[in-house]
Amino acid sequence: MAERLAASLPGFILALALSPLLPGIINKTKALVAGRRSQPLLQSYHDIAKLLRKGAVYSRTTSWVFRAGPVVGLAAVLGALAIVPLAGVPAPLSFGGDLVLLAYCLGLMRFFTVLAALDTGSSFEGMGASREVQFSALAEPALLLALAALLRQTSGLSLIEIYSAAGTSSIISAGPEMLLVAAALGIVFLAENARIPIDDPDTHLELTMIHEVMVLDHSGPDFAMITYAAALKMWILGALIVGIILPVHSGSLFLDLGSAVIGMFGLAVVTGLIESSMARLRLLRVPHLLASAMVMAGLALILAWR
Amino acid sequence: MSLILLALILLLAGGLASLVLQKQRVFVNALGAGVCIGACAIGFAGALILLAGGGPGPSWAIPWNTPLGGSFTIAADGLTSFFLLLIFGISALCALYGAQYLKAWNGRKNTGPSWFFFNTLVASMAMVCLARNALLFLIAWEAMSLTSYFLVMFESERPEVRKAGWTYMVATQLGTVCLLALFVLMSGHSGSLEFADFESFGGSGRTVVSVAFLLALVGFGTKAGLMPMHIWLPEAHPAAPSHVSALMSGVMIKTGIYGLLRILTYFGTPEIWWGWTLVAMGLLSGVLGVLFAMAQHDLKRLLAYHSVENIGIITLGLGMGLLGRSAGSASVAALAFAGSLLHVANHAVFKALLFLGAGSVQHATHTLEIDRLGGLSKNMKWTAATFLVGSAAICGLPPLNGFVSEFLIYLASYQSSWAVPTSLAVPGLLVIAGLAFIGGLAAACFAKAFGIVFLGTPRSDKACAAYECGSLMRISMIVLSTACVVGGLAGPLLLSRMIPVIASLAMIPGADIANGLAVGTGSLRFVTIFGLGFLLIVGALAGLRQWLLAGRRVDVEGTWDCGYCKPTARMQYTASSFAQPIMNMFGFLRLSRRYFTRPVGPLPSEAEFATRTPDLFKESLWRPAFAGVDSLLSRVRQIQHGRIQMYVLYIVLTLLALLLWRLR
Repeated sequence: MAERLAASLPGFILALALSPLLPGIINKTKALVAGRRSQPLLQSYHDIAKLLRKGAVYSRTTSWVFRAGPVVGLAAVLGALAIVPLAGVPAPLSFGGDLVLLAYCLGLMRFFTVLAALDTGSSFEGMGASREVQFSALAEPALLLALAALLRQTSGLSLIEIYSAAGTSSIISAGPEMLLVAAALGIVFLAENARIPIDDPDTHLELTMIHEVMVLDHSGPDFAMITYAAALKMWILGALIVGIILPVHSGSLFLDLGSAVIGMFGLAVVTGLIESSMARLRLLRVPHLLASAMVMAGLALILAWR
Repeated sequence: MSLILLALILLLAGGLASLVLQKQRVFVNALGAGVCIGACAIGFAGALILLAGGGPGPSWAIPWNTPLGGSFTIAADGLTSFFLLLIFGISALCALYGAQYLKAWNGRKNTGPSWFFFNTLVASMAMVCLARNALLFLIAWEAMSLTSYFLVMFESERPEVRKAGWTYMVATQLGTVCLLALFVLMSGHSGSLEFADFESFGGSGRTVVSVAFLLALVGFGTKAGLMPMHIWLPEAHPAAPSHVSALMSGVMIKTGIYGLLRILTYFGTPEIWWGWTLVAMGLLSGVLGVLFAMAQHDLKRLLAYHSVENIGIITLGLGMGLLGRSAGSASVAALAFAGSLLHVANHAVFKALLFLGAGSVQHATHTLEIDRLGGLSKNMKWTAATFLVGSAAICGLPPLNGFVSEFLIYLASYQSSWAVPTSLAVPGLLVIAGLAFIGGLAAACFAKAFGIVFLGTPRSDKACAAYECGSLMRISMIVLSTACVVGGLAGPLLLSRMIPVIASLAMIPGADIANGLAVGTGSLRFVTIFGLGFLLIVGALAGLRQWLLAGRRVDVEGTWDCGYCKPTARMQYTASSFAQPIMNMFGFLRLSRRYFTRPVGPLPSEAEFATRTPDLFKESLWRPAFAGVDSLLSRVRQIQHGRIQMYVLYIVLTLLALLLWRLR
């Protein structure tokens, strides 16, 4: 137990340290494509540090639920991080069915974010909350089905079994499934992290936002927790994709983790490219996209059955 | 066993006493509730001892002079003890709550009969689980239905309550008809009404057993609230006083699950299609239950539909269990049954909690219309906090008890999804997708229920004037929400206690159960570690936040509304608008009806918009069916016209016909 904890710690710390880089890389990529000067790569770190030094403003309407939202959200996402293996390196907590706990941790985070949003009594935040629960109700089955398709190939019950079995050989032997699963997970990644084409993090209209509008009223250390939790969530869902697309299991911890981190940065670049090349979908179309993620996961399962 | 019998006698005596002493209005409230709580405590202890003892458990029979013979047999195996634990535990808390809740009717209404029915309802539910004789079972079953009917009719001066009571009565009687047919079928085969003689029924031919399965499914499914036999639930639960709704939704509907499980033990190896049927009905109840809940405007009706949803989840687990057994996979079966049974217990806890919370809201504001409430968390801190725990638990969020049971069903389904026989893998995947989808929608629905009712600003004067409920009511809710947390953290312990319960289903050998559950216990140990760690991190982060903000400037301002400076409570997002995108997404099901008066002209004088979501099955299945029966029977009315001479003629004709038949 202690040994495994020690082995899993580097990956965990890496995630804690590097996840705020991901939004930076996405922004850098978008700026490069658009030909503008970008904000610094480390902007998220600056933001978090500054917010942590500030006081706070609370709405008169809010209660303790509003204050609990960011705390529970960050705790839940830290819990989720303790479950997700980075590449083939096991996570601190690994057991049969851990993927269910992962999905429900993200659900817990969402539930409290939504409640904190409703606590402000603002209709903008209520609108964002309503959209968030709608889209996540579709993203959750897609995530669990995609992971089921991977489980089917390994006959295991835990994430580490999936990701240590994923390798170059499985990409060759089960290419189509892997591709479909990666695509489904990719859509879930974009939806859950509030990226284009589901949500636009840079829009200036409260009416059109989903995630950003829910956290409008948070400030100071609370908002720092939210920003950090969002970065960690991106890391977690990214790790699920990188683990199957770039399965490097060299045995050397340094090489494995290094390649995984490079994979994560690559994913951020791809996200930036997607954001540069397309617009946000109309809200009514988003369920179709998420349903297609579910269909792809289902197809992968059927292929895995052959 | 003697403790349980003592509890039953006390319950009946207390019930009778509160009926006799109903003139002493204040005293009878304390008497009825007090005796119920005491008896339930005794019974709870008895059930705990029985469950700890393991094994087949004691049984007890006295000769009984009934036409078909048999004896007054009761027994308490693992399954019975498990359900007794729930019945006594939840009933005691509901009674405690009710003692204070019913005070609101002091001077206006006589609570003596209500306590009589309450106590006999608890006793008859316990009897249903104890009975091992078909006649005794049916008597207890009917007593349960009747007492709960009278409890629903507590406010019978309100027409909607009378209507709800009537719906409940009809539904429950139709269910009982199926059970009657079922027991006739089974005792016809075994020649006895004793459950012990039913053991051989499984060998009586596939068709007969399958017919019996369908009868049991409809009969017990009606009580449990499985779709499409659920229509009485959303009527009866809102109509009953809240502590009664809590008892009915938390415990009474579970006797349907108990009955189904008990009867299934006599059916031998299950056919594959039984499992499939249960999975299909579970999916239907789960998904449609939560969708209907989403569309409701009344808090208790919303909760009632969530009971349908949760019975769906329980049925999904049962279906997986049966499929696992048909396919010979002991571990899938054990995990699925364990998850399903634990969900029975967990749902009893959090659904009772939520109904009690809704009762406090109604008590304080005299309304349950979600869109008229809001901001209650400020005046009702305890109710809000406990309701939040219940909401999170019912959505299956970790580290609460709902997660543990859903997790076990997931585990069984994931295990079956890579099983060799495809007959097991396909339903496994359906269950995974279904559970995930139901979970997501349930979270949406409870975000709405808790968020609109307790958060934001009050939407009406009634909500402004809300006040916290009394101490007894608070204690019940606090105990139940503590149980939600403890149940979430004590997963491995609870699971190991489930072994004798599953063993008494007599479907799988005990060793296989222990092996099958080992996977679950191992995983749940990590879930517990996770839960404790999570709570620690929450505490640490809350401390950090406190420390950071200490000594800094913390301002209190209005909510950001894009610079608009005169927001009113009515500008807040409402429950209907919150649910609208999801209901729109399922628009093809045509669940909701819209009533819309368009504003006309530049200065519109009137405009109106309302949505109503009538029950799909009630409108398009039961109403036409009953109308059909009605028109069919109205033909018979033609021969019944009140002319006595004609009636005498009928008698003569009948006698003649009989005579001819005899002489033939």
